[in-house]
Parts: sequence; C-alpha cells; structure tokens
Amino acid sequence: MKHYAMVIDQSRCVGCMACIAACVQENQVPFENFRTRVLEITKGKFPELRTEFRPELCNHCDNAPCVMACPTGASYKREDGIVMIDRDKCVGCKACIAACPYDARYINEEYGFADKCTFCLHRLKKDLEPACVATCIGKSRIFGDLSDRDSEVSRLLAENESRVRLKAAGTKPRVFYIKRYPTKK
Amino acid sequence: MAISRRNFLKCAALTAGGAVLAESPFVRAGAKAVIKKDIRYVPSFCEMCFWRCGLIAKVEGDRLVKLDGNPLHPQSRGRLCAKGQSGMGLLYDKDRLKTPLIRTGKRGDGKYRKASWNEAYSYIAEKLTAIRKKYGPESVALFAHGSGGAYMGNFMEAWGSPNHSHPSYAQCLGAREVAFTLTFGQGPASTAERYDMANSRVMALFGSHLGENMHNSHIQDFVDGLGNGTKLIVIDPRYSTAATKSSMWLPIKPGTDIALILAWINIVIKENWYDHDYIAKYAIGFKELKEAVKNYTPEWAAKKTDLPKHQIVEAIRELGRYKPNVLVHPGRHYSWYGDDTQRGRGLAILNALLGTWGRKGGIWLPPKVNLAKLKKKIKYPKPKRDSLAYGDYPFSSAGITTEVRQATISGKPYPIKAWFVIGTNLMKTMPAPEITKKAIDNLDLVVNIDLMPTDMVMMSDVILPAASYLERHDDLAVVTQKNAGIAIRQPVVKPWKDVKPAWLIANELCAKMGLGKYIEYKTLEEHMREKAKLWNIDYDKLSRVGYIPIPDSYHPYITEKNQPKFDTDSKKIELYSSALDDEDMDPVPRYTHHREPPAGSFRLIYGRSPVQTFSRSINNKWLWELKNDNAVWLNADIARQMGIKNGDKISLINEKGGKSNVGRVKVTERIRKDCVYLIHGFGSTSKRMTMAYGRGIDDTQMMTHYATDPICGTNGLRVNFVKLLKES
Repeated sequence: MKHYAMVIDQSRCVGCMACIAACVQENQVPFENFRTRVLEITKGKFPELRTEFRPELCNHCDNAPCVMACPTGASYKREDGIVMIDRDKCVGCKACIAACPYDARYINEEYGFADKCTFCLHRLKKDLEPACVATCIGKSRIFGDLSDRDSEVSRLLAENESRVRLKAAGTKPRVFYIKRYPTKK
Repeated sequence: MAISRRNFLKCAALTAGGAVLAESPFVRAGAKAVIKKDIRYVPSFCEMCFWRCGLIAKVEGDRLVKLDGNPLHPQSRGRLCAKGQSGMGLLYDKDRLKTPLIRTGKRGDGKYRKASWNEAYSYIAEKLTAIRKKYGPESVALFAHGSGGAYMGNFMEAWGSPNHSHPSYAQCLGAREVAFTLTFGQGPASTAERYDMANSRVMALFGSHLGENMHNSHIQDFVDGLGNGTKLIVIDPRYSTAATKSSMWLPIKPGTDIALILAWINIVIKENWYDHDYIAKYAIGFKELKEAVKNYTPEWAAKKTDLPKHQIVEAIRELGRYKPNVLVHPGRHYSWYGDDTQRGRGLAILNALLGTWGRKGGIWLPPKVNLAKLKKKIKYPKPKRDSLAYGDYPFSSAGITTEVRQATISGKPYPIKAWFVIGTNLMKTMPAPEITKKAIDNLDLVVNIDLMPTDMVMMSDVILPAASYLERHDDLAVVTQKNAGIAIRQPVVKPWKDVKPAWLIANELCAKMGLGKYIEYKTLEEHMREKAKLWNIDYDKLSRVGYIPIPDSYHPYITEKNQPKFDTDSKKIELYSSALDDEDMDPVPRYTHHREPPAGSFRLIYGRSPVQTFSRSINNKWLWELKNDNAVWLNADIARQMGIKNGDKISLINEKGGKSNVGRVKVTERIRKDCVYLIHGFGSTSKRMTMAYGRGIDDTQMMTHYATDPICGTNGLRVNFVKLLKES
C-alpha cells in the first residue's frame, strides 16, 4: 500500500506562487479561495535577518481532526493516506473547518461543500504528480511514497532533519518541512 | 454574459443534462461530463512575460482550460510560473478590447465608439496621409514591446520612417548590452541569459532580484545552484527574496554600487585574485585598468557604500578563491542612476578578471546556430531623414523612447506627429508621465495596438484590438539556451470577438496605405513553413511537439577547439575601452556621487512581483487574487519614528508635489532607512480595467525626472525622492 507524503525543501522556495496558480487552475478553485499558500516570515533586526518561505497546504494528517469532527462521514482518510471529502455526504456544516488547526479548508460557496487539497488524487491516478509539485519552479515541493524506501521523499527525510506544522497538536501530518533556512556557508 | 470560469462550469453542468444534475448538485459531476469530449493539447510559447516559455495548452472544445509547461522546451522544462499558468485570465478577461474603437471625446476622457476595422484603418489612413504631406513620413514613430513589434516595425519600414523605439532598451536593459558589447564585443543575453548559475561556486548579485523577477528557467537555474551549494552574495539596499537565500547580504547605500565595484576590481588586482593566463590570452588594457583603480581602497568604498570594510573584502575574496567558476551576475533592469553603462562596464571587467566568460559556472558561450536567412523578397525604401530615436549619444544601440517623446514636444530635429504603440503601456513605462501627456498633446494621431484598455491605450485616437499569444501565430523562434532549438507559437484557440493578430494588422495597414508591394506574405504561417523548410525542420512535427532542438549547437565552455570570439575593435576583451576614450568618455569606470535624499525624504526604489509583468497583467483575475496591491516597504525604525504601523494607509508625494493614490505601508526590517520600495506597475488610471483601476500606487507617477546615460541614452530612474504621508 502506498503511503503518500510531501516534503518541502524551504531553502529552494522563492515564494513565486506558481504552485498556487497551478492549484487554482488544476482544481478550479473558486475565486479568492486557496488550497495552498506561501508564507514569508522574517525574523531579526536589520541587517541581521533571516526569512523563511513556507508553502502550506492540507497536511493529510494520519490523525486528522477534520475526519473526527465530520458529523456525516463526508471527510475520510484513504488507505494511501490522502484525506478526502465525499461531496455527496458533505452538508457544509463547517465542523471540519473549525477542527482543522492548519486553516486548510474552505467552503465552496456556490455548491455548499467543504473543499481542500486532495494531493491531486485525479492526477495521481494518471501517474502525474500533484499540480503544485509538477510546476514548482524551485523544485521545492517533492512528492512521493514513504512506503518505498528508495523514493525521493524517503531519502530526503532520512538525510535531513524534518519538521511538521504544530507537532504538539498530535495530528501526525504527512507534509514535512526540511531546510527551513538556506545553509549559511 | 461575462465568461468567468465559474459561469462556464455552470453552463457545462447545465448542458450536460438533467440526469447529471439530478445525480449530484455539484460542479464536478457536471464538468466531468463535458471533459470527456474533444480534448486537444496544443503546444505553443508564452507571452505573459518575455521569457517566452514553451507551454502546452489543454483545450476543451473551443475553450482553453489549462496551461502547463512543455517539458521539451528549455525555457520552461515542463514548468510554468504563476503568470504562465494564468494565461486564461488574459484570454477571457471581460475587460479585454473586443473591437476597434475610435475616440469621440477629448483625449484621455475615455469616450469611444465602436468601429469596423475598415473604418479604423480609414481614419488612420487619412491622418497619416496628411502628416506625410505636411511633415514627411519620418514624422511617424513606433513604440514597441513584444512579438507584435516586429510586424509593426515592417509597416514602419514600408511607410518610410526610421523612428522605432523600445522601452526594453532605454527603461530597462539597454545599458547592460552596451557595456558588455564595449567590453566583450557582445551582450550576455540570448533568449535566456547566459549565466551558468546552476554550476556556479560563488555568485554575486547587484540589486538583481531573482525570484521576484520571475523568469522561469533563470530561476530554475538559480535555485539549482543554491541546491548545489552556490555561495550567494547579494548587494541590495533591500533584503530581497534573493538576499534571503544569501550567505552574505551587503545592504549597500543606493547609488554607490560603482564604488564597491571599483574597490573589488582593485582588490582582485592587488591581491592577485585575477586569472592571469586568461587575461594574458584574451584581454587588453590591464595596465591602464590597474593604474586607474589603484586608489579605490576598501576603506574608501566602505565610506561611500555604508558597508563594513571586512564585508567588502571578504565577499570579493570569496569570488576570487573559486574563480573562474564564479559569476558576477550582470543583472537585467539597468536604468538606475544615469551612469549605468559604466556600472555595467565595472561588472563586465570583474567577470573578465575572474575569467568567467566561457567558463563553467560563469557566463556560457552562445550555442552555435547556423541558420540560413530567407531571401528578402522586398526592399524597403530608404528614409530621407535619419532616425531621431537614437539621440545624440555615441553608443545608443536601439531607439530611445524618451528621445522620441522629447522630439514630439520640441519638434526638433524634426516634428513627430503620430505615435503607433504596440504592447507597451507608455504611461507606466516612461518616467515623468506628465511629460508624456504633453507630448501626446502635440500629436495628430495616436494609435494603440493592444489587448487591454491600459492607461496608454486610453490616450489613443484609434484603438486596434490585438489577438493574444494564445490566438495567433508568431514567427518561428530560435531559442538559444546552451542548446539551440526552434519553437513555434500557434493559435491554441480561435481569436475572440473582433480581434486580429498584429502581423495581419500590419499587413492590412500596408494595403490601406497603398504599400501592398511591401507585404511579405499572405499568412504568417506560410512564411513560417517556408522558413522551416529552409532550416530542414519538419513543420508539422514542430506544431505537434512545440520545440525541436538544433543538433550539435552545444558549446558553452572554452576549450582548446572552442575559443571565444570578441567582437570589439581589438578583438580582445577591453578592460580599458579605447572606444570610450575616443568619445572622451571614461575608458575605465569612475565613481560619481549621486544626490541623496534630504531629511524626511526617501529614495524611491521599485521592483517586481513574481506574479505580475509590469502593468500588463494587473487586470488578470487569477493574478489579481495572488497580488492586487503594492504596499510600500518602509524601514521599521523609521516607521516607529513617524508613528506609522504596518498596514496603515499612506500616500507618496513626489518632488514636484504630486500625490499618489492612497495605498498601504509594509513596515519591515528588510529595507534600509534611506529608501522606500514598491512593486512597479500598479495604480491603473483606466476605468475600463475594472479589477486594477485605482489599486495600488503608481511608481512611475512618482518619477518626476530621470538621469540620462551620456554613453547610450538610457534613463536612470532611481534618482527620484518621495515623501510619505500618513492617510486616515
């Protein structure tokens, strides 16, 4: 069984937002809603500064609060790890939005269901990478199968110290962050 | 009905039939039913900016639904930036020009009536004929940017005017090309730029904000370099995106770059970091250079640049240590302070001393392409008067927009009475827009060929709506990355409404003016096929795959057999430029002091957003949702002193008291105290641009003046100061 995950090499992200545009077009995300974003966070005092570029998206948590909070069973976890929403079951109650600590979901206002990143499951089925990964100009986003020890994601996690967002929330995210800042050589 | 994607999906769901709707109220089900029929994938290349990446368009029926990078094309390598991905935002922009328009009110008040193409051409013809009679054909000028410019250039040739001008020269990279041509006999550009960033050991960037200036393969190489361990040195008054990736950030005082460059040259020579064999073999003027820079010590530079001496020394030693596999990045947007050719010369000299030209990790040599030229079937008339667009500068190498503007006002050396403008929003391109307005007042005819009702388009007498890059052919493109190849632009969908491709507009104008004998081809595609045949390229295959490489063109590095050619007077790299000396210009760059902002004022620095191409894309809804404002960067300490908080409303006041739109402030540690920064291209004054109108601050409006480069006539634009006013 596949175990999908994304590794984000922050040192390669230039905040160009190609990933967001790709996601919006690929998934026909409604205007002014987003399934992914890129944060730019600066610390320090001039001229001793460092800036982190942090792409964010649904973490496809192994211990997903949205799935637990969903009263209708619309939000569910697939065996390959992807958290999905069954649109026919979703009543738009927003319980998942309240439960998600990562602000990863929105309501499709026109049709009333909750929506979010699917790791581009429709593309995975055609052996294509998620749209954000396929177009990432800096090759900062890397996608793959953690059950395959030779995959790039497995290798990167083995070779690098990695972090997840809000580890203390106990959600067990499947989006991992490496190299928060460029190495100062 | 306005065609938004959402509406389209609604229609799709409806047309898919009641059964689908009953099955699920949701859009996906409906959309899926449509997706199954008639999907085509059409390769072409992009023009959301001018990097011109290969793309693959997914078309459903007659509608474009998705744009992806073409993996075969070396400018995109399978990836597209946010702009490229959002091409449909331009294609289906409800504010796009739809038909020809003829002005009915006063210039600039926005009143137009719809016209047929023939009416529009007749209006133009009548005015042009009168101008030719009274002033001569040379009194017509062209301002051009982008692929369409070439066809209008042909029309100008046929018409008999030599006055073509390009903002990409005087307001952008002109000085760089001149500086490198004076030094190496050639600029560093190709269809990409020839910087081997992926293989560079150490790289220095002077104000070159890579990452914010999104040029696809350029950024891919830059980040690949970072991944491979390039040590990055960034010289910039602002902690730019590139600076955040650096090992050393040198927050230089704006306008003092040449001081740092001269000190670096001096250190390279004194401390023996230069590539002796390379200089001995390929360069001349080393002795004169050494003599000219000997007094530019690091102590002196530290005072001028406001940088610590140890940083200055450390940075250049790092470059020296890893030479020649290093790069002093020449940059792209050059029009800063009016001594830009000399700054470019300094950077060129540093690259020469470090031996980077033709070396791995430096500046690669152009690919070898030997393509036959089509026999010219026509001979254009020779204009009676010389072009006035080059101005009185010894090394101007392209038409200067501001020279044409000045001649339009002064009538000297001869009057300019008509402007054709294609693909450039001059009100946001040339500094001091009030001077542009004054020039326009002197004109008998203003014609704009464009896609959107931009500020400049709304100054037209006649507006000709152009087909977008997704709806037209353009001439075959020779792509020159390390490998060369041929790329095709072809329509992925039919042109919308009543728009026409620029090549056709140019041909039809020729016909209208009785210049039919200068029309080179009936359809552009026929011309493209002819070229492909001459070049032994299978046109049909090209139109299927989008890009075909030219074999054996890869020769990026110097080897015994692959020697560089320097097309200077001496056929060597000219460290000391006798060409400049002959014109009584400094043969080795010299430091000149630029005026500094008085207390309470800030130097205005402007730049780019990775999701916008100047003012061209600001009405694109899919980019608008990513970036629809250009908050002014203000140093955090200064903000505290002024009682300004992040996100506060502010306006800028220029040196003539002109006030900007009200915008927002970004209070940040990422900028020096003596300057403010904002993204160029915002603050549209065109009410027909419904997304962009009035949003953000127009940096060009804040530029009351510019400094002219005496060598090549380009405009220094970073010489303007602004005050910041808190708004409530």
